[in-house]
Amino acid sequence: MSKITRADVANLARLARIEMTEDELDHLSSELSVILDAVARVQEVAGKDVPPTSHPLPMTNVFREDENRPSLTPDEALSGAPAKEEQRFKVPKILGEE
Amino acid sequence: MSLTYEKLIDKYEPVLGLEVHVELGTKSKMFCGCSTVFGAEPNTQTCPVCLGLPGALPVVNAKAIEYTIAIGLALNCSIAPFSRFARKNYFYPDMPKNFQTSQYDEPICFGGYLDVKVDTDEGVKEFRIEIERVHMEEDTGKSLHMGGATGRIHGADYSLLDYNRAGIPLVEIVTKPVAGTGKYAPEVARAYVSELRDILRSLGVSDVKMEQGSLRCDANVSLRLIGAEKLGTRSETKNVNSLRSVERAVRSEMLRHAALLEKGERVIQETRHFHEDTGDTTPGRSKEQAEDYRYFPEPDLVPVAPAKDWIEKIRATLPEKPSARRTRLQESWQVPDKEMAAMINADVLDQVEQTVNLGADPTRARSWWLGEIARIANERELPASSLPITPNDVAEVVALIGKGELTDKLARQVVEGVINGEGRPREIIEKRGIKVVSDDSALMAAIVNSIKAQPEVAEKVRGGHIPAAGALIGAVMKETKGQADAAKVRELLLKHLGQA
Repeated sequence: MSKITRADVANLARLARIEMTEDELDHLSSELSVILDAVARVQEVAGKDVPPTSHPLPMTNVFREDENRPSLTPDEALSGAPAKEEQRFKVPKILGEE
Repeated sequence: MSLTYEKLIDKYEPVLGLEVHVELGTKSKMFCGCSTVFGAEPNTQTCPVCLGLPGALPVVNAKAIEYTIAIGLALNCSIAPFSRFARKNYFYPDMPKNFQTSQYDEPICFGGYLDVKVDTDEGVKEFRIEIERVHMEEDTGKSLHMGGATGRIHGADYSLLDYNRAGIPLVEIVTKPVAGTGKYAPEVARAYVSELRDILRSLGVSDVKMEQGSLRCDANVSLRLIGAEKLGTRSETKNVNSLRSVERAVRSEMLRHAALLEKGERVIQETRHFHEDTGDTTPGRSKEQAEDYRYFPEPDLVPVAPAKDWIEKIRATLPEKPSARRTRLQESWQVPDKEMAAMINADVLDQVEQTVNLGADPTRARSWWLGEIARIANERELPASSLPITPNDVAEVVALIGKGELTDKLARQVVEGVINGEGRPREIIEKRGIKVVSDDSALMAAIVNSIKAQPEVAEKVRGGHIPAAGALIGAVMKETKGQADAAKVRELLLKHLGQA
């Protein structure tokens, strides 16, 4: 049985820049454990003859030629931005990192 | 107490780790068809894939894989028969997807080396730099930090993002720890990046412009007591943007670490930023809190498994190694080491080679590119290669001198004219009415005038004091506006004064 601790959730929240209350941390650690358990059951089904995979189809080398395709216009690109300035996405200041 | 550099290397051994990022020169981005052209208006080269919009699916650019394999082969690496992309997860606005598609434990190329030469007290010495891996990833967007006093991130009020660069194919070349370079660590670091740049350029996989950021170097430096096994704590100096800065940054970090260690303090493992103006580094992000990128295989991309015959095909098209080319050119031109180094430093080897290929004598070709052209380039603070003068122009000028249609002095005027955009050599000669005065009677008239003007000088020459002739030759050159062949004037003058 997988166990996600409260500290795990707090750490993930920090990495994801999500502020969480104490209640939420408690709540989520048990909820995420349940989800992980469900996913872990897949491992019971997969026998030793099934290699780990990162893709549902056993394919390799799906490439495209190095050719240009039309881009979005800046207006289209920025249409979903909560804030913009000088044709750029405007974001809050980023603290303590560079 | 801080140590001098000499004392430092008596006590400590520097260990380097160099990470070079190179933007590939493909037409389209790594996983989408957006253009990669540098300097476009902000956010004009983006699409749902590189903006990380929901549902967009990436597809690998075949050319980028081909270029990466070529880089690996040129660096004597093995090419992985099977490799995967991975998501490097981090929340930072330079990547709108909130992860960078990179490679983790399965890079495309691994285990190579590059030999570099450094001038040491004991002559030129070769150092082998072991390559850990060459892997593929994508570049990030560009941030502008707005407000605040310094315009830097600290104190900024907000940031503006341009995602034109996000998703441009980026190759990261990582060395193994480089030890055993002793006091030459800064020079070895520079020589490595320089050699790497030459190789990448010869492969034609990138425009390798450090000043535009298409080639960037992060330098890891640590010190350990001589004889110690265990590596010291390293600092990672970011985005060092010129070859000279690579050398300076390594040296400055060595001195900083030594000063800390001598004081009994510890070196903090952190990212530092190099400052071109002061030549030192300041702290950036601390890495005390271990990075946690939660890499996992990219589920939207299938693995890369390059076929053997594809790899061999790429290997067969690899160009001559820059180091081999330099040796070949030096032998064929019969150039001393120092002059060869001067050409490499001035970055005019290609130009000289092409000029020679167009029929110019190697010595002549070299003296133009290293002389007058380099001088003007220096004056204008531009690389010689970016001036609007071509090997064709220089070869033509050299040929005209050979035919006696230009003197060296006139040729300099022509070269300057070409650089100023007045046209090709022939056009400038015509426009400016440049012509060598070789008509003996015209020259003789000028010589006679010069003697009349300075009879006492002429007497000295008649008396056997040949160096005095310089003043008369000068007067003739002045009268003919520099269009006479000085050697010819000298010959006629001395003959006239009974000294030849």
